[in-house]
Amino acid sequence: MRAIATIPNQREADLISRIKAGERDLFYELIQPYQRTVYAAAFSVLGNASDAEDAAQEAFLKALTHLGQFRAEAKFSTWLVQIALNEARLRIRKDRKGLYSSIDEGAQDDDGEYFPIDYADWREIPSETLQRKELKEALQRALATLKPIYREVLVLRDIEHLSITETAAALNITEASVKTRLLRARLMMRDSLAPGFDGSWSVGSPTYKKVRPF
Amino acid sequence: MDEHHIIEISCEHVILEISNYIDGEITLDLRARMEEHIRGCKHCAAVLDGTTNTLRLIADGRAFEGAFDLPAGFSERLRQRLAAHA
Repeated sequence: MRAIATIPNQREADLISRIKAGERDLFYELIQPYQRTVYAAAFSVLGNASDAEDAAQEAFLKALTHLGQFRAEAKFSTWLVQIALNEARLRIRKDRKGLYSSIDEGAQDDDGEYFPIDYADWREIPSETLQRKELKEALQRALATLKPIYREVLVLRDIEHLSITETAAALNITEASVKTRLLRARLMMRDSLAPGFDGSWSVGSPTYKKVRPF
Repeated sequence: MDEHHIIEISCEHVILEISNYIDGEITLDLRARMEEHIRGCKHCAAVLDGTTNTLRLIADGRAFEGAFDLPAGFSERLRQRLAAHA
C-alpha cells in the first residue's frame, strides 16, 4: 500500500528555504518523493501515460519557477498536486484527444443520488484474483469510464491515499464534496466489478443476470 | 444505549453514508444505527461487503500496476529538464 512518502517536514521546510535562497539544484531532492503522486494526479485527468508525463513534468517546472509563491502553511505535496491537476486540465482544453472522452468541464456539481445495483449477497473477490488480468482489466476499465470528477477523487483518495482534507485542498473543493463524490465513485466501481463477482470474470456474460436477485 | 432503542434508519440513508462508514467519518451513534440495520438487511450488507471488497482490491498495488507507475526514464528526463531550467 502506498501513502505519499514524506520527508520530515522540517527537512522539507529547510530545503524550500534554501531553494528559494538560490540553491535551485536541490529542487529534485525536494520533489523526488512526490513524483508518482503528481504523475497519478495528471493521469487521473488525462488518462494516458504520455500526456500525463508531459503534464507532470511541466507541473514540476512550474513549481520550481513559482516556489516563491508557496506559502508555508500549505502542505507542499498538496500544492504540487494542485499544480499538476491544473496543468492536466489545461491540456484537455487545448487538445481533447485524451483517452477519456467524457470531459464534462462544467460539471462541478455532483450528480444526483446513485443507488448501487441490488444483490442479495456479495461473494468476496479475494485479493489473489488480482493475479488474473481479467480483474485488473475490469478495474482499469471501470476507472476509465468514471466521469473525471469521480475518477480524480478515487485516484487521490483510494489509490494514492491522500486524506480527505488533502484531497479537498488538491481539488479545491469542500470536504463535503469529496465525500459525496467518493461515495458515488466507490459505488460505481463496486457495481462495475459485480458482473464477475460470482467468479466468472466474463463481463456481459449471462451469469450477470443470474446473480441478480430480481 | 440499549440496542432496542437505536432508531431505525432506511436503506437509502445507509447507502448514503456507506462510504463515510468505511472511512470512519461518522458519529458513533450513526455507526451503531447503521450496523443494526446492516445486520438485518442483506441488500445493504451486500453493498457494504462489495464496496469494502472493491476498495481493498483498488488499494492493492497490483490493481493498477503499470497504470500509475512512473514511465521508464521519467525521473531521468525530469532531472534533465530541471537542470536545464535551473
